[in-house]
Amino acid sequence: MRGAVPSGLPVTELRPHIDTALAFLYKLSTGEEKANMGAAALREQFDSFLGGPLDWRARPHPETVPSGIAEIDLPRGGLTEIVGPASSGRTSLLLSILATATARQEACALVDAEDAFDPGSAAAAGVLLDRLLWVRCGHNAEHALKAADLLIQGGGFGLAILDLGDTPLASARRISLTSWFRLRRAVENTPSVLVTVARQSLASACASLVLECARDRAAWSGAEPSGPPASRLLRGIRARATSTHRSRTCSPVFTAAAL
Amino acid sequence: MFACLHGSGALTALAFEFSPVVEQTGPGTVAFDVSGLDRLFGHPQEVAAAITRRAKEVQVKANLAIADNPDAAICAARGFSGVNAIPHGDEAKFLGELPLELLEPSPELRETLQRWGIRRFQDLAALPPLGIAERLGPEGLRLRERARGEAERKLVPMEEPLRFEDALEPECPVDLLEPLAFLLARLLNGLITRLATRGLATDELRLRLELETGATHERTLRLPAPSLDSKAMLKLMQLDLEAHPPSAPVVRVWLGTNPVKPRAAQSGLYVPMAPEPVKLELTLARIRMVVGDGRVGTPELLDTHRPDAFRIANFGAAKPRAAGRPAAQVRLALRLFRPPRQARVAIASGKPSFVTAEGIRGKVLDLAGPWRTSGDWWTADPWSRDEWDIALSDGALYRIYCEEKGWFVGGNYD
Repeated sequence: MRGAVPSGLPVTELRPHIDTALAFLYKLSTGEEKANMGAAALREQFDSFLGGPLDWRARPHPETVPSGIAEIDLPRGGLTEIVGPASSGRTSLLLSILATATARQEACALVDAEDAFDPGSAAAAGVLLDRLLWVRCGHNAEHALKAADLLIQGGGFGLAILDLGDTPLASARRISLTSWFRLRRAVENTPSVLVTVARQSLASACASLVLECARDRAAWSGAEPSGPPASRLLRGIRARATSTHRSRTCSPVFTAAAL
Repeated sequence: MFACLHGSGALTALAFEFSPVVEQTGPGTVAFDVSGLDRLFGHPQEVAAAITRRAKEVQVKANLAIADNPDAAICAARGFSGVNAIPHGDEAKFLGELPLELLEPSPELRETLQRWGIRRFQDLAALPPLGIAERLGPEGLRLRERARGEAERKLVPMEEPLRFEDALEPECPVDLLEPLAFLLARLLNGLITRLATRGLATDELRLRLELETGATHERTLRLPAPSLDSKAMLKLMQLDLEAHPPSAPVVRVWLGTNPVKPRAAQSGLYVPMAPEPVKLELTLARIRMVVGDGRVGTPELLDTHRPDAFRIANFGAAKPRAAGRPAAQVRLALRLFRPPRQARVAIASGKPSFVTAEGIRGKVLDLAGPWRTSGDWWTADPWSRDEWDIALSDGALYRIYCEEKGWFVGGNYD
């Protein structure tokens, strides 16, 4: 066996190394080298050939898509949860994700459990509304879950969103873990991104990424609060999206500007 | 090998069931090319038997003749009743007894032949060709060839009427949707097969159910793209009938399709993913069954300043355009309460100081407003409101407004 394979070689130059590896594997299969080689030595040989030890149990990193906010990338084929209380910037983050996805010309679907989506805000955030399928579920979380399941099983959407942001916690918690597993399984191995918005994390272990939003402060302009309110304006909010998932830790701060 | 039907009924439709090359030779006479059917049915007699069987099913009463050339088949069908298959090479002998009128000679020629005493095919066939050419010219020669059953020519094919519709009458009235689905499947499969054999697809299904009460229940399904997926179409029709069931048992089912050219677009390698149109339509129909009609689609903003003015349009394949660019900065989003929540607002020094509504209660910590908006005062549905942006002590930012009916919480900023 030769030494480690230099990284970054073009395919044509890798050919001799591949031939060597094949010859080595052939010798192993015919027992020429197996007799005088233990398992540890074999692994050492193999690692040295590949240029370092391999973690065979490690999963490949999923492909990610940008969210429109630096540091936050969403995994394709996975479930991303955006959680936080009201006015914590969850929906602003969601619209940023939606705008980025529609700008990539992908078909997007929004399952809106509480009819809370404002098309005007979305258009102002840069969402191309003609690429968005909006399912209004009329304050019924169960219908929202069914609709999301049908959409994801149908396939073809680059981004699917289940918005339970205003659903009472008691109703949202009634969604069984089995349902979340079913959703995750449906989206797994597909190029779709599944995003849910809720007050608290509901999918627990089924989520590939959990983004917890919290508002730092609201920005007002104009006179002091005690002054005349007509001279004041709500300028926006400053929020923080903290990734609490074990494999990805980040805590970017973003500012959502009012129109 | 050619066949000819001479009689009454839907001769053309029957002929098209067996061949794409059909000639309307005359009123009540249809000739068609049946070459190749021997591989499907066997001998010419078996081909003739298959055509006769089908003629009985569709109630066509006609003489049928099969021969090696179209003119022999036409003469035999017009001259002999019943079913006749003329053996190869025996045409002259087979047709010999037929009267000369069947050859439809010109009046001058007919008079000449009558004066000569030529009254049957065999009389004309026996005359020498050279003599006929000298005395009667080319028309006489052609007539002699036809009398001998030797005339070779091509059929003049007619255009098939592109009507893809079919009807079915069950033996007894159908009052459940499930058995109705079986009838629909039968009709649909037949129509889709007919479309497919002609290289066509459909983008519209029209269903007409005649009910026991004499009323008619009509439904039209428009597909987002031309398709031949009969399973998806059947499921769409089932879902539509579940949402809009007929009011009485069904006594007759009529199904029509709109024939169009199939979609021939090939997706590019780098085209972003999008749902397959017919599959998406099926998914949307299923979702409509769950959430209700008019609640699934693409939001379209209306050209007005009225708050929350939009309409829901059909979600279809958006036209490809240059890649858009999202807003450079994250925008503050508003989550709307639909319907708006009625609120009780305490006013201090002309400003809201405490707000109570369903699920909302708190002291106003910060606020901006009022912003007056109004419009459509020239219509029957005017609107006018004073809006405030407030920060409540419960930690959230809300938009509240005051109009004629009182105070409302319109939504929260998130």
